[in-house]
Amino acid sequence: MTENLSFDTVPTAEPASGPTPAIVIAGDYLNKLTGEKIERECKDKIDAGAREIVVDFSQTDIINSIGISILLGVIDNAQMAGAKVVFSDLKPESAELFDMLGLTKHVTIQ
Amino acid sequence: MLEQSPKLIHAFGALAELGQEVANKNNFQETIRTSLHLLSGALGIMRGGVARYSRYGRELNMLAVRGLGDDFPLSLSVCIEDERQFLMNGLNAIDAHAARVLPFFQVYAASFDRRRIELFVPLIIRDEIVGGLFLGEKATGEPYSSYEKEIICAMGRHIGVAISQRNLLAEIERHSEENRRLFDDLRRTYADTVKAFATAIDCKDKYTEGHSVRVGKYTELIATELEWSPEQIEGAATAGYLHDVGKLTVERKIINAPYRINAKESAELNKHPTVGFEILQAIHHPFTDVPLAAKYHHERLDGRGYPDGLYDREIPYIAKVVNLADSFDAMTTDRPYKARRPAIDVVDDMRRNAGKQFAPELVVAFLRGVLRELKSETKDRRFRRLLGREYMEAEGLMPAISDALNELEPTSSLTYIATRSS
Ligand SMILES: [Fe+2]
Repeated sequence: MTENLSFDTVPTAEPASGPTPAIVIAGDYLNKLTGEKIERECKDKIDAGAREIVVDFSQTDIINSIGISILLGVIDNAQMAGAKVVFSDLKPESAELFDMLGLTKHVTIQ
Repeated sequence: MLEQSPKLIHAFGALAELGQEVANKNNFQETIRTSLHLLSGALGIMRGGVARYSRYGRELNMLAVRGLGDDFPLSLSVCIEDERQFLMNGLNAIDAHAARVLPFFQVYAASFDRRRIELFVPLIIRDEIVGGLFLGEKATGEPYSSYEKEIICAMGRHIGVAISQRNLLAEIERHSEENRRLFDDLRRTYADTVKAFATAIDCKDKYTEGHSVRVGKYTELIATELEWSPEQIEGAATAGYLHDVGKLTVERKIINAPYRINAKESAELNKHPTVGFEILQAIHHPFTDVPLAAKYHHERLDGRGYPDGLYDREIPYIAKVVNLADSFDAMTTDRPYKARRPAIDVVDDMRRNAGKQFAPELVVAFLRGVLRELKSETKDRRFRRLLGREYMEAEGLMPAISDALNELEPTSSLTYIATRSS
């Protein structure tokens, strides 16, 4: 990308608004204190203007209480900013747990 | 209840993890943050906070918060009545709305309502408030059930114990810090007293002004050269400062005699080590060798010293150190009946008397210290300050010391073995 082009090109990697949702990979470190960085990542994307956060659970096998807490933080932050949260590729056991604890009330499951 | 069982299993998993987290003694802040996550995640609680109670300030200070926002107070004050009610309530969940009669919930009503705080749990451990849990609404939007409250209290007990442990640890640290400071003060007082004493001893002996203080300093230099520990060095210095304390009871005219004293006077003067020992023995010293140093600082390796005529190994080591320092000062300062001896003479005396009066390794240590200073290998000029620059810069002093050292101390243990076997 040359300097001239970058001047009038809308960045595509971080959608400030519009239909492209911001995707966040939950990964396997969700269940520890390190999972807080996912929460921060989501908040940064919302602050940058994302209106939809997709949390990708394809690489997440089990979710424990810490993971739940962190996801609740993601939901809370999104709701306060009026953004939508989508959970994708959720394992059935996790979906059950989310349902039981009321997370599904606040998110769209894909 | 049956449909509740997966929920229970999930919550008990969190409780078990929390117990482990608290037992693991990780970083306290992280433990508290993890605890709040586990509690929120166990029951699907949207927001919450863990606070630590300060008894002195009567306030709950937030240690960890989740979703309480920037405007939620980080420090909440508690009045005597609140405190009393919390203690009566024990570690049980209090419904924030139902408890509006309490000043605490009235004062913070707006903040609690804004973040939908539903429960407050005073963390009470052994009849003492150590903290509090603030819990917002559940993600399901349903009210807390009684079994959920029980789980909250069980987790709260773990968090309370973690805070309590931390408080105890801080208390212990504070005490040991206080003790250390107290001990330092005592040590300083003791050191000052010792120096004051040394000056008092020296005052009696106008011709050897500053003798005790200098012996203290030389003793310290030798101990440093021997690489003793800071406490041992301090103890050695003290022994040096006080070695002549017995002279306080010797008649002033004998001490100050401007001539060589006669046998009777000499016998009187020679009592000073034993008298010194008796004086020092009565005092509780942080350094046990101090009285012994006074008693035996006139003993010689060859058994020709006084008061007991002890031989080499019978003489306490500290007394040998003080003896060398004492003799060195006697040789290097002007006396009523003779002037100080030239530095080269003194080195020669030390070399010749090593093994007779002085312990050879102490002479080596002493001379090595002087040599290092002459070669500017040391930062401070301690010998120079005590002896004067001119005296230290005497011609041929450095080679004389090197020669003495070579004679007393073979260059390596290998050479030593070779010389001995030949
Ligand atoms: Fe003496």
